[in-house]
Amino acid sequence: MEIKMANLTKIFISKDKKEVHAVDHVDLTIPSGKLIGLLGPSGCGKSTTLYLIAGLLRQNEGEIFFADEEVSEMPPEKRGIGLVFQNYALYPHMTVRDNILFPLQNMKVPKQEAMERTQEMAALVGLEEMLNRKPKELSGGQQQRVAIARALVKKPRVLLLDEPLSNLDARLRLQTREEIKRIQRETGITTVFVTHDQEEAMSISDEIVVMKDGVIQQMGHPQEVYDAPVNLFVAKFLGNPQINVFEGEIKKGKIIVLNMEIATTDKPDQKIIVGIRPEGFMVDETKKSAFKFEVNLVETIGRDTTLIIDTPSDDETLLDKHSFKVIVDASYRIMSGDLVHFKVKPDKMHLFDLDGELLK
Amino acid sequence: METKNNWRAWLYLAPMLILMAVFTFYPLFNAFIISFYKDYQPLLNQRAPGMTLDNYSIVVNNYFFKQALKNTFTLAFISVPISIVLSLFIAVALNSIPRLKAFFQTIFFLPYVTNGIAVGMAFAVIFHRNYGLFNQFLSWFGVAPVDWIGSTATWGKQMTALMIFTIWDSLAFKILVFASGLTNIDKQYYDAARIDSASKWTIFKRITVPLLSPLILYISITSMIGALKAYNSIIALFGESLGGRPRDMITIVAFVYQYRADYANIGFYSYAAAGAIILFMITLAFTGLQTIVSRKRVHY
Repeated sequence: MEIKMANLTKIFISKDKKEVHAVDHVDLTIPSGKLIGLLGPSGCGKSTTLYLIAGLLRQNEGEIFFADEEVSEMPPEKRGIGLVFQNYALYPHMTVRDNILFPLQNMKVPKQEAMERTQEMAALVGLEEMLNRKPKELSGGQQQRVAIARALVKKPRVLLLDEPLSNLDARLRLQTREEIKRIQRETGITTVFVTHDQEEAMSISDEIVVMKDGVIQQMGHPQEVYDAPVNLFVAKFLGNPQINVFEGEIKKGKIIVLNMEIATTDKPDQKIIVGIRPEGFMVDETKKSAFKFEVNLVETIGRDTTLIIDTPSDDETLLDKHSFKVIVDASYRIMSGDLVHFKVKPDKMHLFDLDGELLK
Repeated sequence: METKNNWRAWLYLAPMLILMAVFTFYPLFNAFIISFYKDYQPLLNQRAPGMTLDNYSIVVNNYFFKQALKNTFTLAFISVPISIVLSLFIAVALNSIPRLKAFFQTIFFLPYVTNGIAVGMAFAVIFHRNYGLFNQFLSWFGVAPVDWIGSTATWGKQMTALMIFTIWDSLAFKILVFASGLTNIDKQYYDAARIDSASKWTIFKRITVPLLSPLILYISITSMIGALKAYNSIIALFGESLGGRPRDMITIVAFVYQYRADYANIGFYSYAAAGAIILFMITLAFTGLQTIVSRKRVHY
């Protein structure tokens, strides 16, 4: 089912009596049956947005629609949502079975049917053997799956997940995110999940929504957003290692960084910010290119080699760092101290104005 | 390391242990011994040779002791559950009005910092037949003046007055404990329960109460012990006559006090001791019973 938010605003009053727009006039349409990742740094309003959809928080302005039905003023229990909390909020005194049964009992589902649906859900998340255990007797990953089962058992219209993987260790995280993807595919339920981990969001989402300061920056297919960020924030937030950001200049159709010409452009002369993805560098074996650096450190891991390069000048040409990373194929035998000439892949380079907006 | 520093641990514990030995263990042990003395006269330090169980059979068959048992049990079994349920509801209600919570918590806690005898005297006035507030209140509903604590009051009327006073007096501490327990419950459980379409009553019954169960057990054990030892409240409400009609409202502790006060009479000191030991056994039994019954119902 499609979720539509129009002009949605949530204002919190901070301790020093200031108004904080946690969610600021958000217009967002979440397509039916898709897995959507709400992504952003902490404090960007992504969890608030989720709780507004859930109804646990009430918006100050704006509307929320589930398909054609307006749910803006509806209490959470009427909205037909399943919510998985960050730390799961499993009832500690109930067994796994009772936890999953709880919403069904509240909805007065006949006992026989409730038991069958609980069994079904336990099978979906692979916990049939654990039904008689208490939450604290389960691992983090299993607790997570119980929480998902409890959220799904009432056949909600929407499944909401708040930082679903943040409490799991690295290995379990990989496993669980595949699991969430599988469950979402099998049930076909519209799912929104919140995360601050861009890799997590990119790996399983059908679409990602990048937020900052309560405002949506960009929405789209993960790879599209990665390839075509609309501003410097999105460019920096997606990708690991981070995009390299340089101060630069356009002079007579040439893009100049650190007094070196790196590419040409048809844009007018101005000061700019140049973002180049670490994988956007090509080694120029002809050594003709003017874009050259002495390599400080070389890390080869498997098929990739990461070159760590200190900027030659001390002035602040490289924003917020003094070194940057370049990823090249491991087949190049580059040693630290080598002088390497680079060409820049045009589709991996993004030009921004000084306010961080993409250069038109 | 561990054994080396043992003496130090004992040293730190010593003040408490010594005080407990002098004021708790020794008297308890002594009372136990005295309760078996024959024809004991503490003033003359005389007694008949040998030990006897007679003191117990005399106490158990004593009219006032039976009355004391009846009063104590009635008081404990009715006032304890009612006050627990009431205080639980009040604590939950307080928790749902965050703004006025501190204010009301202070009001509810005032009785606890007020002297019990003083409060009891206030209640004695409230329950007065002719100018008590309680009868005044009842008169609005056309109820004729009732003698609650005077010389013509029936046992039931006196017990009702005592019950109301006891419950009111014991609410403060329980509310405080439950209210602080409630703030320790993760708010997410309530959000989760709302998402799971649980009604307010279901949330109370299936989330709040189980999560508070360790505290409920603690409170029910301590207040049961407190109620079985009821004495202050009787004195406060009825004075030393222990009832509108003398000794109508006698409790086990009051019984023990009375016989202990009359120690000049042969054997009375031993009767008091026997009564105290019986009370001790009863308290122990109930505490044990509560612990066993609760084992399945308390979730830590």
